[in-house]
Amino acid sequence: MSISRRDNEKVALLGRLRLTEDELAIMTTELAQIVGYVDQLSEVDTDGIEPMAHAIEVANVFRADEVSPSLSREEALSNAPHRDERGYLVPAVLGE
Amino acid sequence: MALFDQTATEHLKGLESGALKSVELTQTYLDRIRAVDNRVGAFLSVDADGALKRAEEIDERRAKKQRVGRLAGLPLAVKDILCERGKVTTCASRMLQQFRPPYDATVIAKLREADAVFVGRTNMDEFAMGGSTENSAFQVTRNPWDLERSPGGSSGGSAAAVAAGMAPLAIGTDTGGSIRQPAGLCGVVGMKPTYGRVSRFGLIAFASSLDQIGPFGQSVEDAALLLETIAGHDPRDTTSLDVPVPAYSQSVNKPLANLRIGWVREHFGGGLDKEVESAVRAAFEVYKSLGATLHEISLPHSKYAVATYYVIAPSEASSNLARYDGVHFGYRTDEKEMLAELAADRRRLETAGDKAGLEHLDSALVRMYRRTRAEGFGPEVKRRIMLGTYALSAGYYDAYYLKALKLRRLIRKDFDDAFGKVDLIAGPITPAPAFKIGEMSGDPLAMYLVDIYTVSANLAGIPGLCLPCGRSQAGLPIGLQLQAPALEEERLFCGARMFEQATDWDKGRAKL
Repeated sequence: MSISRRDNEKVALLGRLRLTEDELAIMTTELAQIVGYVDQLSEVDTDGIEPMAHAIEVANVFRADEVSPSLSREEALSNAPHRDERGYLVPAVLGE
Repeated sequence: MALFDQTATEHLKGLESGALKSVELTQTYLDRIRAVDNRVGAFLSVDADGALKRAEEIDERRAKKQRVGRLAGLPLAVKDILCERGKVTTCASRMLQQFRPPYDATVIAKLREADAVFVGRTNMDEFAMGGSTENSAFQVTRNPWDLERSPGGSSGGSAAAVAAGMAPLAIGTDTGGSIRQPAGLCGVVGMKPTYGRVSRFGLIAFASSLDQIGPFGQSVEDAALLLETIAGHDPRDTTSLDVPVPAYSQSVNKPLANLRIGWVREHFGGGLDKEVESAVRAAFEVYKSLGATLHEISLPHSKYAVATYYVIAPSEASSNLARYDGVHFGYRTDEKEMLAELAADRRRLETAGDKAGLEHLDSALVRMYRRTRAEGFGPEVKRRIMLGTYALSAGYYDAYYLKALKLRRLIRKDFDDAFGKVDLIAGPITPAPAFKIGEMSGDPLAMYLVDIYTVSANLAGIPGLCLPCGRSQAGLPIGLQLQAPALEEERLFCGARMFEQATDWDKGRAKL
């Protein structure tokens, strides 16, 4: 499976990255190499093998539904790059 | 032997008897940092005033015979990936350069409770992605044994800090070898516990099904002491295991009778450096002389471990790192410049009459995300996000991500089978001793292949430990890796300590 420059442009958008022309060129070569290496997985017969998402498989973990203190609004907003007294501020998303 | 060359266990005896004060000990390490860290570059920040104040307060409590914690007065370095309330926690990324967590990671809280003295925060590969610490956005860390060489990574700052006598203990994290590999390359002891043994609450996530926090020290005893302090169930991490934590520091000196050690046929194929191979084989002979038996075993799927890992880890990373959106915390691109750029793009497309281009033009919000991430992340992080996003994207999910999860089960089954026959698995930690800085940076795949002996333990969730077992002709440390079944850290420590006591490799110190 090769990975084209066009694929990479699409993947960069999905990953919310923006690559310069140079980065895109380098990334295309490098990812092709890495994906080429990873392709060796296809030679293993894994029919009937259950996928393993976690190393130590635990069942659902529940806790009692009790209210406990959490971060204050001020603490939660303390690292925001752009904010007012009440919330996070983002560029306008409506009216474009 | 200088004070900073001694182990934490030795320091603790002095502190407990009153022969040593934490202020004196802390000052010794701070002086050492001042003397050598301009050459090593292990620390991203050092809190001399805070550390001395804390040391003084612990000395006072001890003098008044008040209760003190298990590590009372011992200086300790923390990888800059664990949230510490109010302290800048960067993950060696521009993205988090100004980030001050509003809460403590559970491990930080436990260390505070144990009265450890935090001396500083250590350098790492950005978001723990890498094996050389060269991917830090801020500085290069050098191997104390040879300043031209890498300390390994991603916890290279923590390993180098201990190896250079700048801290007797340090905390690292290990997602694919990031504690054990730098421990091996820097000639110190490093340990990755069983997945779930240590709470990950407050650990900045890289790959959540693989990440684990663990100790660095100058001896196996020190690593046992530190793990004992940080391990245990935490209701705030649902993957943390609710099982008792043995008193590792008490049991570590008990040798194991009838120990069966497995060596893996596949570990001794091509690509293994001759000096590393002979040091590891010599270690096997040491075990035989201690009454252990050696058994050849096979981990038939180990050749697929790196490929499996480099699907699963980037996939999880691409998902975890989606949170860096320039909105809630961390870096955000300059909004005016971003909007001007977007307006210029629009004009250019309009002039060209490019309708499709206009239709696909980013919204202001999406462009803000993309510029923020383009500017905030370094090349390796971008590479992994791309790789993970690709592996998880429509049409490729089954071929890559799902396939890798199936391989992961086969890799775990190999270990289950092996541990039916042996108690511990021993072998090399890296194919070769420390590489030169810059040697690997142009070839990501070659860098990934250095992880050949370490990633399996993360995929299988089992504990692994690395301790020094030799030195190359050039004087570089060589590490021995030991692995045990899940939750058998006690066996791992005891087995490692047997080797340590029978040899002198732990006594060697880098000359700086």
